[in-house]
Amino acid sequence: MKPTKRLFSIAIAALLASAAVQAQTALDDVLKSKTLKVAIPTDSAPYGYVGTDLKPIGLDIDMANYIGKKLGVAVELVPVTSANRIPALQTRKADLVISTLGKNAEREKVIDFTIAYSPFFQAVFGPKALNAKSFSDLAGKSVGVTRGAMEDQELGKVAPPSTDTKRFEDNNATIAAFVSGQVQFVALGASVAGNMMAKNPQLDSEYKLLLKDSPNFIGVAKGEDKLRTRVNEIIAEAKKNGDIDTMAKKWLGRPAGDLPL
Amino acid sequence: MRVQLDFMAVLAEWPLLLKGVAWTLALTAVAVIVGTLLGIACAWVRGRGFGDTLAPRWLQALVGGYVELIRNTPFIVQLFFIFFGLPAAGFKLSAETASFIAMVVNLGAYAAEIIRAGIEATPRGQIEAAISLALNRVQTFVRVVLPPALKKVWPGMVSQIIIVMLGSSVCGQISTQELSYAADLIQSRNFRSFEAFIVIGVIYLLLSVALRHGLNWVAARFLFGRG
Repeated sequence: MKPTKRLFSIAIAALLASAAVQAQTALDDVLKSKTLKVAIPTDSAPYGYVGTDLKPIGLDIDMANYIGKKLGVAVELVPVTSANRIPALQTRKADLVISTLGKNAEREKVIDFTIAYSPFFQAVFGPKALNAKSFSDLAGKSVGVTRGAMEDQELGKVAPPSTDTKRFEDNNATIAAFVSGQVQFVALGASVAGNMMAKNPQLDSEYKLLLKDSPNFIGVAKGEDKLRTRVNEIIAEAKKNGDIDTMAKKWLGRPAGDLPL
Repeated sequence: MRVQLDFMAVLAEWPLLLKGVAWTLALTAVAVIVGTLLGIACAWVRGRGFGDTLAPRWLQALVGGYVELIRNTPFIVQLFFIFFGLPAAGFKLSAETASFIAMVVNLGAYAAEIIRAGIEATPRGQIEAAISLALNRVQTFVRVVLPPALKKVWPGMVSQIIIVMLGSSVCGQISTQELSYAADLIQSRNFRSFEAFIVIGVIYLLLSVALRHGLNWVAARFLFGRG
């Protein structure tokens, strides 16, 4: 078994070696092909969702178009779910990930981040009838969460071991599980949850516990420093001239506030 | 960026993978046993190959509707209907129960049509011989019609069962912790998606081969005899 497996991995590594050679070229490729491929969410209103004309809209989409305009290239939107945002970068399906992406140590091992561009926080939500004053109150309760999202990792750190964590493929499935009563609590990004509660007043649910204050960053493939530096310049300039605040006010109803570098 | 495969990062999560294999096998085992029985029952209702042992017309219509409904809709839609849809009607099922039901219902419909083909291929003379030996209808069906029918269609049944086992990978979408769910969870933690899916691909392959041999052995020994 062992030698065969090694041979197999060598074969695949060889197959991918050709792709690995072209490192540090993302910015040049973008400028040459005149298209910027951006991974965006379609399940995270108001950051990225599908409008009534079935086209993606939201803060992240505006940000993608903003960067495309500054680079002078066309933007190609690549819809992704929370779970496949990072693989989209790794496999070069996207040059940038602008998809409510939070920064943490695990992610920094595999991709690079620009400076933050919009505020975000994750929390646990639940029905008013159920008491949850601290994370220990979640013991023995079921909590729905989107697999691979920041909430998933944060919840794993703070929830007691007897919490029944149910993981779903994307935010829409997580919300569907909560709305249909399949889980008692739900861990979501605040704006996504706000949207869910506004559409489902019959649930009588409320904000329960803060998981993490985590602003959004733009993800860049590991080692693509040229592209990252250029995008950082664009964001820094947009912060200075107020464009970032304008976008935050348009979609979130408040200014972006102090964002970390 | 250099692509390096790191299988240890995935294999280090072997308890998750093992749990996934156990769930996949459990889902498949229940689907095979209950689904095949359901399939035989439905095949009996729909089968027209043996004289006057026909089920009532309303039952035929009911089973016909079931078979058509299941065979003409995707498995994931059936699963989502049971898990997300039925709670609205007051039937709240856990993800695991919903998965078991969806697998059984799905295999039952396909098995019904496969086994029906075997039943209808039974020569009429055999049924007449059974009746002339004073066997009643149940005896005729269970002892004369069914064993050779199953034997004829067994390769088709086995491949359908394998399709259903591989289809169980969809059950992870509603948080049943089967093998694909394990791989998704592992790769969402360490971002080793390529390795994770290669590993479970190999596991599924081994499970399928083992399942085929196991089913052929069990069927030859208990269902219709060798030879």
